[in-house]
Amino acid sequence: MAGLTAAFNRHSTMLQISPLVITLTLFLVGPVIVIIVLSLWKFDGFMTLSDVWTLRNYERIFTRSLTVSNYLQTGKMLIITLGVTFVLGFTLAYFLVFDLVTLRTKMLLFLLCVVPFWTSAVVRTVAWIPFLGKEGIINKAVMGLGLADQPLQFLLFSEFAVLLSYIQIFTLFMMAPLFNVMARINRDLIEAARDNGANSLQILMNIILPLCKPGIAIGSIFVIALVASDYTAIRILGGSQVGTVAASMANQIYSVQYSPAAATAMILLLVVLLLVGGIMRVVDVRRQL
Amino acid sequence: MREGVKRAPGYWPRAALFYLYLLFLYAPVFIIIVLSFQADNASLSFPMQGFSLFYFGEVFDPQFIGDYRWPFGRSVILGLMVMVLTMSISFLAGLAFRKNFKGNILVFYMVVASLICPSILISLGIGIGFSNLGLTSQWWSGGLGAHLSWTLPFGVLIMLAVFSRLDPRLEEAARDQGATQWQTLRNVTIPITLPGLIGVALFGFTLSYDEYPRISNVAGEFNSLPVELVNALSLAATPTIYAIGTMTTLFSLAIIFSTFIVVYIMAKRRQGFGMKKLKAEE
Repeated sequence: MAGLTAAFNRHSTMLQISPLVITLTLFLVGPVIVIIVLSLWKFDGFMTLSDVWTLRNYERIFTRSLTVSNYLQTGKMLIITLGVTFVLGFTLAYFLVFDLVTLRTKMLLFLLCVVPFWTSAVVRTVAWIPFLGKEGIINKAVMGLGLADQPLQFLLFSEFAVLLSYIQIFTLFMMAPLFNVMARINRDLIEAARDNGANSLQILMNIILPLCKPGIAIGSIFVIALVASDYTAIRILGGSQVGTVAASMANQIYSVQYSPAAATAMILLLVVLLLVGGIMRVVDVRRQL
Repeated sequence: MREGVKRAPGYWPRAALFYLYLLFLYAPVFIIIVLSFQADNASLSFPMQGFSLFYFGEVFDPQFIGDYRWPFGRSVILGLMVMVLTMSISFLAGLAFRKNFKGNILVFYMVVASLICPSILISLGIGIGFSNLGLTSQWWSGGLGAHLSWTLPFGVLIMLAVFSRLDPRLEEAARDQGATQWQTLRNVTIPITLPGLIGVALFGFTLSYDEYPRISNVAGEFNSLPVELVNALSLAATPTIYAIGTMTTLFSLAIIFSTFIVVYIMAKRRQGFGMKKLKAEE
């Protein structure tokens, strides 16, 4: 028995980490390997042939003009979402940390931002339909005010609708890490700068913003991952107008073109890994936890 | 505004932006709650037609195409399984990461990769993997794994943050007093990290209960609630979707608020316990 306990203690770390490693091996590494293999199988236009190996799926990605437009669309939506969620998330976090005085108000208002995150994502997305539709609230208001005599078409089933739902939800993913790093900024630094004659803008640009870098990095990683892999919002709010990489992959899967979809998925994964890896090289994310 | 309180420049625009954002965040969900109380034959938009519980009845009507009772039950059970697994696996992993085992950097990168990996890749990969093994993925097998690939990164990252704020001297003190490793874990480490663990549990449940993209290809013949909802949307959108949305929203809120109340009571009790002890010592 004593020997058993000793053996357990000696190997306890390995025993503690193995459930995580086993789960991620089965359900992350496993699927990635399956997708790599699948992407190398031939697709004859109707079905995937599991014994014919080919690089044709990748070749098609790099020769199709659709790929370029898909990545341009994803890139455009990513840049807009990153830009807006950063400005919005930074301002909101700044308000919570520096403008509010009592901890109780800060926590209460922060919690108010988090609560909608816990309602169903599908429901949250659907909820935009009565707002943006042809008969929706915004169109009723615009026409009632005489600003337009026809319903605005670009509101629903469009890139605009998808971006609006991204900004609504993903701002939180940018705001939370920014709130976290801002709350840890030493107020004495700001006082010292002010005593030395720095104005608000200089304090913002030379003290607060540089100290927020880790928060910006973590928030950006979240937003990049979320935008790159979303197709739920696109399916519900995008109509057929929005052709991002993930959406085109979802279409390929829908029409049982598994091996071309697998190749698309691999390239998308590589692009996301490069972006996130780049950020993690600049900022040591783990030290921030 | 109290007299004499001087607001920083730019306070009011920032405050206005903050409250506008809250409006932007809540208004759509609020609108669908209102619209779910319409009478029969209503549309998805305003003006509101009548007032009744008709669409709530439809959610529970077995005759109705999408009988939501079973998907709801499955999502709750799946959420609970994911919650327990996420909590235990993340806690154990958190313990291991403190000791900086060999390969910890690799495992950390695996966790990050699991977070950022495109959902559709995981979903397709698990589905094809199962069928190549001659199995059919079900919500409780492949679906469970797909969800763990999504909840574990959150769980592990939260536990890493919790453990990095845990003072190791507390555990050393317990060991110095002769506590065994198990006693230290049971009476020191777990009680101190409990609020974090509850957070992980809450994240695990709600992230799974809510999840659509990763489970979409691997739920098998019986769908989870979000999959059922998306399917219903592409078939025929009626205010029933709003009714189910209202109910799931209220359900999530009930869980969150009861969790907060439990955490609050626990914090109070612990504080009270400490105070009593201090008084007794006086």
